[in-house]
Amino acid sequence: MKKEMIAMLLAGGQGSRLGVLTKKVAKPAVSFAGKYRIIDFPLSNCINSGVDTVGVLTQYQPLRLNTHIGIGIPWDLDRNVGGVTVLPPYEKSSNSEWYTGTANAIYQNIEYMEMYNPDYVLILSGDHIYKMDYELMLDFHKANNADVTIAAMPVPIEEASRFGILIADEESRISEFEEKPANPRSNLASMGIYIFSWPVLKAALLELSDEPNCDFGKHIIPYCFEQNQRLFAYEFSGYWKDVGTLGSYWEANMELIDIIPIFNLYEEFWRIYTKNDKLPPQYIAKGAKVERCILGEGAEVYGQVFNSVVGPGVIIGEGTVIRDSIIMKDVVIGNNCEINKAIIAENASVGDNVIIGIGEYAESKLNPKVYAFDLATIGENSVIPAGVKIGKNTAISGTTLLEDYPNGVLESGDYIIKAGDF
Amino acid sequence: MRAIGIILAGGNNKKMKELSAKRAVAAMPMAGSYRAIDFALSNMTNSHVRKVGVLTQYNAQSLNEHLSSSKWWDFGRKQGGLYLFTPTLKTDMTIGYRGTADALYQNLDFLKKSHEPYVIVASGDSIYKLDYNKVLEYHIDKKAEITVVTTKLPEGDDPLRYGLVKTDEEGRITEFQEKPLVAESDMISTGIYVIRRRLLIELVEACIQDGRYDLVSDIIVRYRGLKRVYAYELTTYWRNIATAESYYNTNMDFLKKDVRDYFYREYPEVYSKVDDLPPAKYNPGAKVSNSLIASGSIINGEIENSILFKKTYVGDNCVIKNSIILNDVYIGDGAYIENCIVESRGTIKEGARLIGNPDDINIVVEKNERYIM
Repeated sequence: MKKEMIAMLLAGGQGSRLGVLTKKVAKPAVSFAGKYRIIDFPLSNCINSGVDTVGVLTQYQPLRLNTHIGIGIPWDLDRNVGGVTVLPPYEKSSNSEWYTGTANAIYQNIEYMEMYNPDYVLILSGDHIYKMDYELMLDFHKANNADVTIAAMPVPIEEASRFGILIADEESRISEFEEKPANPRSNLASMGIYIFSWPVLKAALLELSDEPNCDFGKHIIPYCFEQNQRLFAYEFSGYWKDVGTLGSYWEANMELIDIIPIFNLYEEFWRIYTKNDKLPPQYIAKGAKVERCILGEGAEVYGQVFNSVVGPGVIIGEGTVIRDSIIMKDVVIGNNCEINKAIIAENASVGDNVIIGIGEYAESKLNPKVYAFDLATIGENSVIPAGVKIGKNTAISGTTLLEDYPNGVLESGDYIIKAGDF
Repeated sequence: MRAIGIILAGGNNKKMKELSAKRAVAAMPMAGSYRAIDFALSNMTNSHVRKVGVLTQYNAQSLNEHLSSSKWWDFGRKQGGLYLFTPTLKTDMTIGYRGTADALYQNLDFLKKSHEPYVIVASGDSIYKLDYNKVLEYHIDKKAEITVVTTKLPEGDDPLRYGLVKTDEEGRITEFQEKPLVAESDMISTGIYVIRRRLLIELVEACIQDGRYDLVSDIIVRYRGLKRVYAYELTTYWRNIATAESYYNTNMDFLKKDVRDYFYREYPEVYSKVDDLPPAKYNPGAKVSNSLIASGSIINGEIENSILFKKTYVGDNCVIKNSIILNDVYIGDGAYIENCIVESRGTIKEGARLIGNPDDINIVVEKNERYIM
């Protein structure tokens, strides 16, 4: 068996900065743009780039990911040779362990990669929204006779300290790599997408196999520098968004609503594929109003929705007004609600006369780093009783009852996290 | 499973007017994101019929494309599958089926090589949900030789385009008139039959030898006295879409909550080919009321009491009322469309005015050049 390039897609992370959204699912399985899930973007990029062999590394809460990926039918990755393979951590005769770092996860699957005898291995992460032709990146890698190519894009210098920063010469050869530097010397940020020549990657993985929490940015790339290997930066100028925080996740969704969005899902070229489990058209009732929105299949709107992203199968009751919100698949919202700047995850239900997003700003008592941006975040399968009011920077997860809300109100910054959803 | 399925999907009908120029009735887009044949196919798969033959004839390209993979309806298994029977050139250099019985005759091997004792015959141009096992059980209970699924004539529909049936108290069919001149009953045949496989083979062979070619008039109607032919009454939603008027009305039925819930939300599901389209998008200025919008559409204008199929683009300041816009139609800015069916892949020019009559729906076939970014 021989494949020129295979992809390894890292999809095991929790994505803890998405708060209650990732309580039960890994970040790559979180829904995006109504009908998609985040992992659909790298998977569609793979098949559109002609990469038909993809190993998906899972670890944290993999159930949703496993059922979503299946045997890869939606992405045409059900192949006789290659195709998609889900790779969870496994027990070994000695030294069994979880995936302890990005490179460690790849290291534990050397046998999978060897099976395809690849010349190149593409490392991807499952938490970015973008369209990219990996074949062009491979051409660049070959043309430069590179050992490692890192996809990179310019970011505003004030944000550069959040990223791995590359310092490259005019020929794009990287001379230095700094992981989240305090004083960045360049604004070229690594996108976490790498092409390695397989012998180089294999040697590095074996050499660093004892490294605790072995990571690409912290260990493998510095090691490649030490070995004087040829590292190149492949500059990418299209849309690319890390949706790692509630704020950036919300923003990326909202950007899709623009009349001609920067990230356009309506282009014939470079389609994004996903598992479609709903087919019917959406119904907009008499007296309803939908403006500046995208709506998924089978949604039914009786109320008013503005500037929002609504997933498949959602029902929005009469007299309800929703603004600037993300409502995921199969959520049911009652009548006469008023919802502003909320993220409501799959299968949640909101009773009648609920008001979300009221009051003044208050810092989150649960985790101010996660629950900010004035968003009210409601986890999947949550139940919100009728008539309650919910403030900003709030978090709710689980079946909540009226008595969980003091005087019927969840003040800004407050939270209700119920254990055990079964 | 005790039965194989046969779906008759070759038919065309002059009463479909311009809509039939492009495709067989069974391939007509339905209810926003389906095609007519999806309903019969989904009923088959939901009744656990694993082996289904689809007989096509007239302009089968749309249908072939739709059925290019059987996975959407969960056929394509090691046992069973979806078989497409398109007419082929025969040794006497004739092509085509001379009728539905001839279609079965020319593919008699499919019936002969199966081992299931029963055959369910359904047509591809009706919109309904039915567990065929219930019909089969009734058939066995009544010791019937042929069972015809019947229903009360839908309100406002023309009885004279159907087979009209009268039964005795037992449910045995005493009279069966195909497309009569005068309606003497409001009980119509739905074109769904259950029959023992060996009997069907026998009857088809005899029929062809007699120089007769139609399954309904030459087998079922002709044998009604001789064989035990029973009626199974379907009491849930059933519509046939083979005229332009009934096609329009049946689609419009999906704007009613009970019809929508029955087909879209209640178990079992109706399946269709998945098109991988993005969600529908509503831009500023969009004003939609009592309408169905399928995925991939982009809405800028005003829409009322209408059904927009997949990938419709509606320009600024458009008004669309009481209309059906089929797949992939581009509607230029400021167009006004009322009481129309706009044929798929059409391009409506800016400012166009297309107005039909509530009793005489205007069928619009516009093939203008389309310039889009």
